[in-house]
Amino acid sequence: MNKRTPLNLARAHPGLPHTVTFDGREIPALPGRTVAATLWSAGITAWRTTRRDGEPRGVFCGIGVCFDCLVEVNGRANQRACLTPTAPGDEIRTQDGSGHGGETGEGEGR
Amino acid sequence: MKAADGAFAGTTPPGTLVVIGAGPAGLAAALAAAQRGVRVTVVDAAGQAGGQFYRQPAGALGARRPQALHHQWRTWERLRDGLAEQIAAGRITHLTEHHVWFVERIGRASAEQRTETEPAERGGATSGAPASGVPSGGAVHAGGVVPGRVSEGRPPASGAATPAGAASSIVPDVAASPAGPRFTVHALLGPEQEEAVAVRADAVVLATGGYEKVLPFPGWTLPGVITAGGAQAMLKGGLVLPGRTAVVAGTGPLLMPVAVGLAAAGAEVAALVESADPKAFARHAATLAAHPDKLAEGAGYAAQLLRHRVPLASRHTIVEAHGKDALEAVTIAALDTAGRVRPGTERRIPCDTLAVGHGMLPHTDLAEGLGCGVDGLNVAVDAEQRTDVPGVWAAGEATGIGGAALSLAEGHIAGRSAAARLRGSAPDPRAWAAAAKSRTKMREFAAAINAVYVPPAHWAEQLHDDTLVCRCEEVPASAVREAVEELGATDARTVKLLTRAGMGWCQGRMCSAAVAGLAGCEERSARRPFARPVPLGVLARPTDDQAEQPPST
Ligand SMILES: Cc1cc2nc3c(=O)[nH]c(=O)nc-3n(C[C@H](O)[C@H](O)[C@H](O)COP(=O)(O)OP(=O)(O)OC[C@H]3O[C@@H](n4cnc5c(N)ncnc54)[C@H](O)[C@@H]3O)c2cc1C
Ligand code: FES
Repeated sequence: MNKRTPLNLARAHPGLPHTVTFDGREIPALPGRTVAATLWSAGITAWRTTRRDGEPRGVFCGIGVCFDCLVEVNGRANQRACLTPTAPGDEIRTQDGSGHGGETGEGEGR
Repeated sequence: MKAADGAFAGTTPPGTLVVIGAGPAGLAAALAAAQRGVRVTVVDAAGQAGGQFYRQPAGALGARRPQALHHQWRTWERLRDGLAEQIAAGRITHLTEHHVWFVERIGRASAEQRTETEPAERGGATSGAPASGVPSGGAVHAGGVVPGRVSEGRPPASGAATPAGAASSIVPDVAASPAGPRFTVHALLGPEQEEAVAVRADAVVLATGGYEKVLPFPGWTLPGVITAGGAQAMLKGGLVLPGRTAVVAGTGPLLMPVAVGLAAAGAEVAALVESADPKAFARHAATLAAHPDKLAEGAGYAAQLLRHRVPLASRHTIVEAHGKDALEAVTIAALDTAGRVRPGTERRIPCDTLAVGHGMLPHTDLAEGLGCGVDGLNVAVDAEQRTDVPGVWAAGEATGIGGAALSLAEGHIAGRSAAARLRGSAPDPRAWAAAAKSRTKMREFAAAINAVYVPPAHWAEQLHDDTLVCRCEEVPASAVREAVEELGATDARTVKLLTRAGMGWCQGRMCSAAVAGLAGCEERSARRPFARPVPLGVLARPTDDQAEQPPST
């Protein structure tokens, strides 16, 4: 099995995978990976719908600047998937609109 | 790096330096200062040192050959080993996962803000230890977490007054002041960024780097469309590929390493679409020829592109990204000499990933919050990398986009200058002549590169009326055009007020270039109050209250 993958290329020997759920479906997660990297590795590229038009969004800048990758993790909305690491058993959910389904957790003072 | 000239030998430490950013610039600054006896705290949002260029895979991924994804690994090894050495010696503390939202200037600090004890723990936060649960409102010292208060990063009564004549011209002496430190660096801790922490410092180096600029085009909000640097970051940090078939497009020197990186990691790169005209390089031949190393670097990327069979379409641009819920294909087209799409040259390429970028923008929020002067889009600095606010230096891409090597040179100079001035002496620039020389050369090179890699002049003509310009507030091009053409807006601020473009989560970081372009006005720094979104609870709690709270443990 010598497929070219990033893990093979970097000769990674990750710790034991754990499991998280995305909208109720179980997906494997490698320790150290962010929510965004975990979802990508499961072939998922969208985990948010926008407030106005309900358009799907996923990761865009990859470094915490654009806020396009917002997601709900364990009932907390507006988490940036590209910065947030996963923990075993995390419940990740598609965030609809401003994420009012869960605790908002972010009173942005600006 | 070699031993410091005039290495610190006295009995009073010269005060503390907080370096914000652990990329090439921040690490070079921290090492240069620490090697000269300054106690340095490096504060960075990431879990590991390296910044964008040297972004490392998370430790738990157990990468044994991370260098396979990197260039100039030797330099990284020197930085990494230097950092480890200084941390072991107790001269550098590295605070990871600390998102700085504001740097506050504290006047002549009041006595009660100072703590008389120094936490014993040093360098203990290198692996993000504070994430283990600092109470809200807790504070961090240069070396350890001090719940419930702010403490200064140096022993009290150090850094006795120094001869005023030592400091030169525009910036007064920044030597450690006996009245207490002059800055409080406010950060939010951990991935959720809700715990407030503060670090006190006598001087600050801003080495916050930059982020990528992307100009809009139809379909750019589809999942599967990412920034080129973002793709690189996910690859280097998460060891993950976005999809199977990628197109890399836009303009700039970053596109080549991204295409090479994706291809090496197993993606099929269906095209590298670069809008710049190779002939434009001819106009800068003299400058480019003065940089054989850089040319060799470019040739190396070109060879790897060939090896991975990545087709290069230069003087082409992305016209549209297609798909319903996710990216399925892109249309590219050739550009004419005026920078307009040549009709009839459109070509559709199936792909599930589009990595796109049009250059970089510097992070200037912290500098602006401090009141530092800005030159165009960059933090303005003098020959010593000093901003016009005493005690504040800036280095790396925050002061102008120019790549990792330039960031290293600037960081090195900033660290040496800060070390000297914290001790109350004027530095001798001859001591860093080599770094200054390469800075000059690399700035010239960057200017030539930035002149060649410009987005197509008529990019805005490709925008449909319903193409979103502001991704956060979902403002379409038609609204911006209306604000400009019918309502008479002539600057980005007015467009913002009329359309809400730039008022959303990202505070205009993603759309400001596009709005300026559509409004036909100059792109300016946005003067955002804070560098990160701040929970209201943190804002409501004044620093002094934190400082005066008795330690809870
Ligand atoms: C996503 C991305 C990927 C890139 N990849 C490459 C590449 O592969 N090859 C290449 O040649 N160039 C790349 N670049 C260009 C790169 O920016 C520079 O070449 C180089 O890394 C600049 O060094 P620096 O030290 O100035 O800044 P950076 O390396 O960007 O380091 C800045 C550091 O500051 C931290 N920071 C910023 N703001 C804050 C804050 N408010 N609080 C706390 N910490 C903060 C960041 O976490 C980061 O670690 C990339 C740029 C981006 C944006
Ligand atoms: S992708 Fe931009 S913030 Fe996460």
